[in-house]
Amino acid sequence: MTEHLDVRAHHLEETYSKTIFGFWTYLMTDCILFATLFATFLVLHKNTFGGPGAKELFSLPFALTETLILLTSSFTCTLSKLAAFRNDKNKVIAWFAVTFLLGVAFIAMELNEFAHLVHDGNSWQRSGFLTAFFTLVGTHGLHISTGLLWMIILIVPVFRNGLTPVSLKRLTCLRMFWHFLDIVWIFIFTIVYLMGAL
Amino acid sequence: MFGRLNADAFKHDLIENLAGYSILIGLVVVIYLMFHHQRWKWIWKEYITSLDPKKIGVMYLVVAFLSLIKGLVDALMMRVQQMFSVGESFGYLEPDHYQQLFTAHGTTMIFFVGMGIVFALMNFVVPLQIGARDVAFPFLNAVSFYLYAVGAGLVVISLVVGVFSGTGWVCYPPLSGLAYNPGVGVDYWIWSVQIAGIGSLLSGLNFFATIVKMRCSGMTLMKMPIFIWAILGTLILILFAFPILTATIGMLTLDRYLDMHFFTPDFGGNPMMYINLIWAWGHPEVYILVLPGFGVFSEVVATFSQKRLFGYVSMIWALGAITFLSFIVWLHHFFTMGAGANVNAFFGIMTMLIAVPTGVKIFNWLFTMHRGRVLFTTPMLWFLGFVLIFTIGGMTGVMMSMAPIDFQVHNSLFLIAHFHSVIIGGVVFGFFAAFAYWFPKIAGFKLNERLGRYAFWCWMIGFILAFMPLYALGLMGATRRLDHYDAATGWQPLFVVAAVGIAIIFLGIGFQILQVIVSIKHRKQNLDTTGDPWNGRTLEWATPSPPPEYNFAVIPHVHDRDAFWTMKHARVHHKPHYEDIIMPKNSAIPPFIGGFSFLLGFCLIWHIMWLAAFSFVGIIICMIIRLSQKETEHLISAKEVEKHI
Amino acid sequence: MNKKIKIIFSVLLLVAVLWVSVLFVDINKLSVLNPKGIIALKEYRLIVISTLMMLVVVIPVFFMTVFFAWKYRSDNTKAKYRPDEDQNHLAEVVWWGVPFVIIAILGVITWKSCIDLDPFRPLQMNNKPLKIQVVALQWKWLFIYPEQKIATVNFFQFPEQTPINFEITADAPMNSFWIPELGGQIYAMPGMSSKLHLIADAEGSFRGSSANISGTGFSGMTFIAKASSEADFNAWVESVQQSSSSLDYNKVVEPSQYDPQAFYLLTDGGLYEQIVMKYMMPTPKKYMGK
Repeated sequence: MTEHLDVRAHHLEETYSKTIFGFWTYLMTDCILFATLFATFLVLHKNTFGGPGAKELFSLPFALTETLILLTSSFTCTLSKLAAFRNDKNKVIAWFAVTFLLGVAFIAMELNEFAHLVHDGNSWQRSGFLTAFFTLVGTHGLHISTGLLWMIILIVPVFRNGLTPVSLKRLTCLRMFWHFLDIVWIFIFTIVYLMGAL
Repeated sequence: MFGRLNADAFKHDLIENLAGYSILIGLVVVIYLMFHHQRWKWIWKEYITSLDPKKIGVMYLVVAFLSLIKGLVDALMMRVQQMFSVGESFGYLEPDHYQQLFTAHGTTMIFFVGMGIVFALMNFVVPLQIGARDVAFPFLNAVSFYLYAVGAGLVVISLVVGVFSGTGWVCYPPLSGLAYNPGVGVDYWIWSVQIAGIGSLLSGLNFFATIVKMRCSGMTLMKMPIFIWAILGTLILILFAFPILTATIGMLTLDRYLDMHFFTPDFGGNPMMYINLIWAWGHPEVYILVLPGFGVFSEVVATFSQKRLFGYVSMIWALGAITFLSFIVWLHHFFTMGAGANVNAFFGIMTMLIAVPTGVKIFNWLFTMHRGRVLFTTPMLWFLGFVLIFTIGGMTGVMMSMAPIDFQVHNSLFLIAHFHSVIIGGVVFGFFAAFAYWFPKIAGFKLNERLGRYAFWCWMIGFILAFMPLYALGLMGATRRLDHYDAATGWQPLFVVAAVGIAIIFLGIGFQILQVIVSIKHRKQNLDTTGDPWNGRTLEWATPSPPPEYNFAVIPHVHDRDAFWTMKHARVHHKPHYEDIIMPKNSAIPPFIGGFSFLLGFCLIWHIMWLAAFSFVGIIICMIIRLSQKETEHLISAKEVEKHI
Repeated sequence: MNKKIKIIFSVLLLVAVLWVSVLFVDINKLSVLNPKGIIALKEYRLIVISTLMMLVVVIPVFFMTVFFAWKYRSDNTKAKYRPDEDQNHLAEVVWWGVPFVIIAILGVITWKSCIDLDPFRPLQMNNKPLKIQVVALQWKWLFIYPEQKIATVNFFQFPEQTPINFEITADAPMNSFWIPELGGQIYAMPGMSSKLHLIADAEGSFRGSSANISGTGFSGMTFIAKASSEADFNAWVESVQQSSSSLDYNKVVEPSQYDPQAFYLLTDGGLYEQIVMKYMMPTPKKYMGK
């Protein structure tokens, strides 16, 4: 009987190690996907086809606010990790809830920015520059939205069954995902908004 | 309600109808036979819901082989057209149809034959050679297979509903943009390649984790079989290159679906960006296809020269050099786009550098034969054919890496002859060698050698007749993708020779099909009872043929390269200590994800958006169901394992 | 038939078929190997020298393949059998080093020839060049002579031994402008202007075509480039100027396939520039139309 348990315990350990490694590898491939979009943005960012460019369209304070929201959400995400180490189910859920709300705020601001651009006739159909902008920033936003959905899906079993090894493993992957998106945003903020406005 | 799908989509000319409906009839016949022999339960349990990479490898093989037939038929139809379409005659194919043929031919061969072969090999051989029981993520492995099959399915269904793309397999804008190709053809290409591409990326991830994390004890990197090193190089290429493909096709999709301007010639788009990106993926892709072939030859030459592989360390350096260099050569695919002398020169020199490590590999293989005892089995014949054909391809490759030469042969049949030389030599012959070599392990009995030899000679002679004339044609000014030409060009006789060549290749395929049928018929006489039919050197030969679900009753501990060879010649034998084994259970979810993905692709192509959204939600729900399943594995007790020996 | 005879027979058969098929190849039609201008001639020389240099490696490889397979066949017990011999440092030095040297030499040749044969580089010659502007259209080639004020479709004439400065664009998907007997190709792209510089050594009629798929009528995009004496060229220009109607670009740009040769008067000398600019700046109609 104990032999069964040993094998199972060893198997769980191996699975955890493989999963984290695999998820890291996936994040690196996602990095290359974003790199492709960044490269395209850099090639197209001056192609305004007679329309407005970054200087005219982007508000640095707005982008900075989005950045601070996302950075804070990464911090609260880490706080949930500390709670997980202490096996504190309620705190884990609470900090994830805060992260979730900050994420929603970020998306709301981004959608707001997009809506204004479209309303003013500066949609993705206007020029190569706007096409690249909407796609790069929008792809990041889609990733964030997926992360938010993932949070909801993941928190439900934690709520019902507590912090099991499987859910801890999956929360780790989610945190890695969230931090990765934060890093990508730093690049977006720098290359799209800062470099555009300056 | 049905987007842009209407009755017109089903209207095709005679030949398209023949092709599409014969495939459908074939499918109906297979389904009927399955009912008749009551094999549905068996195939559902043994293959469709299996998470065993050995079974998944067989499924990849089946789809890859069927795709090969389709791709060859496309080629035959093109050769026949070019044989007759001279001067006053315009052949039997409309230009639009012909353009779909070469696009489907290229797409099928690269994505569904080439990648299918690569993943079939990985699934079957990698876990066995590294002494593992499974891959790192068995469920993901099955999903990856279904995404690949869905891609192939979408290409096939375009024969019946709608049309396929006519832009060439790399799908350059502006031709592939909304302005010049608003119809469904390009969208078929987009979704079939995109979905299959995601499958490839996930597989790449899976096998990378497998090799890094699951080698048996004692197997350090420098003790891995050279095939595994070749696969490792392939996986690194997949992980770096496929995300570029995903993003690039994604951008083309946005151009077509949301009227964006990535690659439109006006509104500030840049078509040259597409070309740069697609080849930044495309060049590593061709090395993804050929590196496993190199790995296969390393195993085959050592085994059938009855000698250790020459220059193991040198081979690894060569693999590393090829892998690294393949990332910095992509511009050679468009020297003629006007990048400037210095840029062209840099990429040209990087390209010709790859010839050095590739040549090193060939010398190491030849010196493995040197002072060995060479057995001319079928796999060895494929190797020898490869050396001759691939070397010519490599030579012409170095020629074209010199941009001013490329200015004269770019997009001509000289280029076509070059890449078919390296692909058929490296990838196809490598696959045939692998198939003959590992078939006994998969099926439990050997293939008929005589028919294998006939197949080899047909392919060899057929290839020479089909492609050597193309080098000449290119130098005569013949470009690729032509459905008609003037008599004054003097090209026709060479096209006739090329058509004879492909007929002989078909004869070769006929022998291969016959070989499998005859071998199955005579299997009882050719059983592989020892699990080691070739006196092999690597771990896969230490298992029964076919291996049990868990591969190894006891995970081996290795001390040396050529681990099994060492084990066979060791004097000491330990009493095996059996342990419980945990293996994944079957799962019905991957085929469902496949089904929903197919529906998603089809609906996106035809703009049936409500149904597309439904399919997408279906995929998400499948994922959530899987994530909430608790009992996904089963335990095989040590007693059972011992009994099974 | 025993094995040896079968192999010999197959090889002989193959050689026979290849030889017969080679008979069908008209050597003169091997355009790339029969250069008619200095650019094509230089490119041809590169082909020859690169082939010869690579044969230094390829011939030993072919020889070793056949020789080792024969000598070390398993039933030749006279040959040495060293199953554990798996490395030789001298051999490694040779087969890493010799190919590297060959590639290094080819690399230097590549660098120099890339600069010398850069399509954008004007020919270093004294005679006054002729400017021809090329527009790839849906499925025909339009040639504009801005100085002579004429335009032609699927045909153009020029004087021998005179550098031709091509400016190339497209009002169509990407095409490629290629006259193999005179030199290499360059892409014709909408919204961009490529350059090519060619010259014909003597009179002749040279076949040209598009080398990049651009849609249904792609196969019909062939044209003739005719090099004549200076006098004949001037006479030809004059006859076109006298007897042709004016070019109506809006008509010519409409898709058509396998067009016959046509000759026009060019009323708008800036037509080429307009075609290029069309893609680069928004015209009011184009933007509002979105």
